[in-house]
Amino acid sequence: MTQLPTSTEKKLGLVIDLDTCVGCHACVVSCKGWNTENYGAPLSDQDAYGSAPVGTFLNRVHSYEIQPDQGPAQLIHFPKSCLHCEDAPCVTVCPTGASYKRVEDGIVLVNESDCIGCGLCAWACPYGARELDQAEGVMKKCTLCVDRIYNENLPEEDRQPACVRTCPAGARHFGDFSDPDSNVSKLTAERGGMDLMPDQGTKPVNKYLPPRPKDTWEDIDILAPLLEPVAENAGGLLGWLDKTLEKL
Amino acid sequence: MPKDQPIVDTSPKVSDEVRKTTCYMCACRCGINVHMKDGKVAYIEGNKDHPVNQGVLCAKGSAGIMQVNAPSRLKAPLKRVGPRGSGEFEKITWEEALTIATDWLAPLRKTNPEKLAFFTGRDQSQSFTSFWAQGFGTPNYAAHGGFCSVNMAAAGIYTMGGAFWEFGQPDWDRTKMFMLFGVAEDHDSNPIKIGLGKLKARGAKVYGVNPIRSGYNAIADEWIGITPGTDGLFILSLVHELMKAGKIDLDYLARLTNAPVMVNGDEKSPEFGLFLRDKNGKPQVIDRKTGKLAAFDKKGVQPDLGGTIRKAGITYRTVFQLMADKYLDPQYAPEAVADKVGIPARRIQHIASELARVAFDEAIEIDQPWTDFRGETHDKMIGRPVAFHAMRGISAHANGFQTCRALHVLQIILGSVEVPGGFRFKPPYPKPPEAHPKPHCGAKPDCALDGPHLGFVHGPDDLLLKEDGSPARIDKAFTWENPMSAHGLMHMVISNAHAGDPYKIDTLFMYMANMSWNSSMNTGGVHQMLTDTDENGDYVIPRIIYSDAYSSEMVAYADLILPDTTYLERHDCISLLDRPICEADGVADAIRWPVIEPDRDVRGFQSTLCDLGARLGLPGFVNDDGSQKYADYADYITNHQRRPGVGPLAGWRMNEDGPTGGGRGDVNPDQIDKYIENGGFWIEHVPDEAQFYKPWNQAYQDWAVSKGLFDSPQPYIFSLYVEPMRKFQLAAEGHGDRQPPDHLRERIGKTMDPLPIWYSNEDDNKADEFPITALTQRPMAMYHSWGTQNAWLRQIHGQNPLFVPTKIWEENGFAEGDWARVTSPHGEITVPVAHMAALNENTVWTWNAIGKRKGAWALDENAPEATKGFLLNHLIHELLPPKGDGLRWSNSDPITGQAAWFDLKVRIAKADPPSESLPALPPIKSPVGQGPKNLTWKVGK
Repeated sequence: MTQLPTSTEKKLGLVIDLDTCVGCHACVVSCKGWNTENYGAPLSDQDAYGSAPVGTFLNRVHSYEIQPDQGPAQLIHFPKSCLHCEDAPCVTVCPTGASYKRVEDGIVLVNESDCIGCGLCAWACPYGARELDQAEGVMKKCTLCVDRIYNENLPEEDRQPACVRTCPAGARHFGDFSDPDSNVSKLTAERGGMDLMPDQGTKPVNKYLPPRPKDTWEDIDILAPLLEPVAENAGGLLGWLDKTLEKL
Repeated sequence: MPKDQPIVDTSPKVSDEVRKTTCYMCACRCGINVHMKDGKVAYIEGNKDHPVNQGVLCAKGSAGIMQVNAPSRLKAPLKRVGPRGSGEFEKITWEEALTIATDWLAPLRKTNPEKLAFFTGRDQSQSFTSFWAQGFGTPNYAAHGGFCSVNMAAAGIYTMGGAFWEFGQPDWDRTKMFMLFGVAEDHDSNPIKIGLGKLKARGAKVYGVNPIRSGYNAIADEWIGITPGTDGLFILSLVHELMKAGKIDLDYLARLTNAPVMVNGDEKSPEFGLFLRDKNGKPQVIDRKTGKLAAFDKKGVQPDLGGTIRKAGITYRTVFQLMADKYLDPQYAPEAVADKVGIPARRIQHIASELARVAFDEAIEIDQPWTDFRGETHDKMIGRPVAFHAMRGISAHANGFQTCRALHVLQIILGSVEVPGGFRFKPPYPKPPEAHPKPHCGAKPDCALDGPHLGFVHGPDDLLLKEDGSPARIDKAFTWENPMSAHGLMHMVISNAHAGDPYKIDTLFMYMANMSWNSSMNTGGVHQMLTDTDENGDYVIPRIIYSDAYSSEMVAYADLILPDTTYLERHDCISLLDRPICEADGVADAIRWPVIEPDRDVRGFQSTLCDLGARLGLPGFVNDDGSQKYADYADYITNHQRRPGVGPLAGWRMNEDGPTGGGRGDVNPDQIDKYIENGGFWIEHVPDEAQFYKPWNQAYQDWAVSKGLFDSPQPYIFSLYVEPMRKFQLAAEGHGDRQPPDHLRERIGKTMDPLPIWYSNEDDNKADEFPITALTQRPMAMYHSWGTQNAWLRQIHGQNPLFVPTKIWEENGFAEGDWARVTSPHGEITVPVAHMAALNENTVWTWNAIGKRKGAWALDENAPEATKGFLLNHLIHELLPPKGDGLRWSNSDPITGQAAWFDLKVRIAKADPPSESLPALPPIKSPVGQGPKNLTWKVGK
């Protein structure tokens, strides 16, 4: 069993805006590219050109349809990666100490050299955010790009997770939730940022901004004056035109 | 830090070097940073300085590394040794390949250049490939626009001198209401997502008009799940409501459009419906100050929208009056159209009122004086902050041209084009149709063609007909069947060549177009046409040369393969002469350059054409002494001049003092190096006073001339009424010397209305028997057939079920895992189904081009793309169902020839699950073998 820190100096994490995510998978592949080349073992792909291709991804986009009581069905694109929980069950369940939560920023990592690939952490994670790499036999998960966000070999503006840097719609935001004035704290406050499955008691750091209400048009006459006819036919319109132009 | 917490290297070296070039994972052309380690590609990310993507990058772009290492890459030139379609080839040398090609092509050029049909698919070098084809002398050249979005492009140019995507963009920073009609999500990919992100960040409203609520429509605040093919009727109903309520920008219409131009109203006149013009040919308006006729562009004129005048016994009325006559008609009232478009009348009214409210009550003013083309100075720029975007969804119908025109008319009556908050052109657009070339077909043995192949016609005299009236081009572009086919009809080439209609050809030469698979209608029929033999046992289409970088389905059907490089191994230019990457506030172009060298015996196709062009002695490709003029494409990019001072790239051209910032100038031998130093692109910003009102703004016009975009100022007014269309109608009514065949008169009269109309295509597609519309969409993470060979992307989209709406799902008693037989007037497929509720209730759809032929793309024959994937193409014929008149009616827009992919009507029934999707075609032999089993891809140590 592995201990969680009693507190962390920062709470780094993501805000994911479900009102803006178009489900394009840019974050998924950018993550795959960075983390194949960087932290730990490459993210491998089995049967890559075959009948059942399956590879390791640290971030995936799921799509769900919802049917509101009123109005048409909606499609929600839901990107999901490790939420870097404050009470991370994947850490406490780890038999070797390979899974740990960093004291300085709260990032949950796997120390691959200590990982025995037992899979207990993936079983403990209620979000399905960990994947056992089939080639290396170690557990892989989102590192919040710990090798980018402090990386002095990158320009300062690029020191953010690959998924955030690449998101074309700007639906992903990175920052420190322990700072109430950070971009992520403010967005969470303004837009009603939510925990994923709060009943699990994991206290996830990442937050999701809910979709804004959709299809809210109502069959009422509030806008009717805007379409008050000036004419019913072409002749009438020309009469109106004359009067209007005289006034100009 | 606790002492037992591992030490993580948080500053690892990212790469040895970053090489900046242009993406080609789709047509969007974003800037990319290619991180190199040990000379290999380690990581690809977006270039923050680049005007197109501003640092972001889509899934395809980030997966480029898997495209560059794809096992499907062709490795060497190939000569077919088995029968066509078998995939049996032998490797040959480049010298052998180019000798074969020269031996085939040289005699054609000497005797009859039209025997070569050269079509280049998703080519991004059309100004170069068309130059080559022009030098060869064949009239038979085009790229893929005819089966993509020519309706959008041509309608935009004829109406307002530019269209969406490469021609212009919404004013993302200022618009307050955005309406998006059906799009292929790579047109254009990242800029639309960036723009939607900006709208969402400030809470501006997004309206999605699309039968399918996926992707961009999933985040639309208001979703309008329209009946496919009725967008034009919906838009004209909005026009009806706005005109009826007087919610139109009268000042804009009077000054900047042809709404006040006088039109001949005498039905007996041979000029009925044409403009009243002065002796200089200028359209006439009535000046409200004098009540007299004046040229539309006369200094100080105040054009009258409502004037009437009688001259030489003929009554002339304004275009505006004709619009009032047409669009105030009750047939366009919301109540009258609601059932057809599938949108309640109240909702149409609601949308019209929102457009009116935002355009007029929330108008923007920018304190920026500007001077118009009549010399009048305005102290402000007034913005109507409603913006629109559309692409293939409204375009790929047989009523698509008029629908796209209707959308532009809606934008224009709201005064929302080229104003703050509305739609903005990107240089070198706006550019009126008259400033484009006309199409040319003058082919003679041993000669170059007499001008550019493609262009814009302005009446029957510009059609490409032979002396006997038959089509001059193999695709029948610019004929009475589709007079305004500005991009050609690539989808008709194989069918017409096989039928010998209008004539037989010898060699079909194609580049980057998967015409034996997802890029053709009637895929099975195309296989037969490509392999069919005559009474002597010779192929009916005698020779096929194909260039591709990958082992696509088309490879197997060619006789000679000229292997291309991947996009990171080549030179390219994204040229202002071609399909540029400009922004509304900047003129820009870009390059690709070999950030890695090929590890195979392949060559960039354009470099191959430089060599082949020299072997054939084509004008423009040889020096005076007959030697090869351009060693390769990079040499051409640097040294070719299309006009004095204007070449493929505008950046860093030379003047007396050395390299300029950009624009006109002499050849700079170091130009490509300058681009590489600058991150692969060049951009120069439009001056502040020239940012808006570009078609009419003197400052913009002068700036455009200084940059070499035009040779002289080209101000013009928008064409709500497209007079050239009326000229085709007049011919159909019997006027003039050049007359259409009788069987087309009625259709020309009906469809070529100079004001936008809507007509149904349902009868032509037998909607009474086949009541469901079947559509395709391209996923954001996959670019047509290219993506499937990509080990990462195929894990995202490895299968494509047919998505079925709730009503049809329940009617058929479908359950997850079921299969359905889908039948159209042309064919039948049996495919997996999946339920989708957020879908128009009479529409089914699937992802485009996920289905693959066994043996192609270096995939296992049991790949899900081949066993469960499928194409709707089997259900779509290039011809309409027979009408009983014995004629071949093309399944295309009768105005432009655009392939009417989205008019497909089907019926659906539950089927016993077959072992794999039907039709199941036999495998083709892979010329590249199969990919490796597993990947653990890491370049660095």
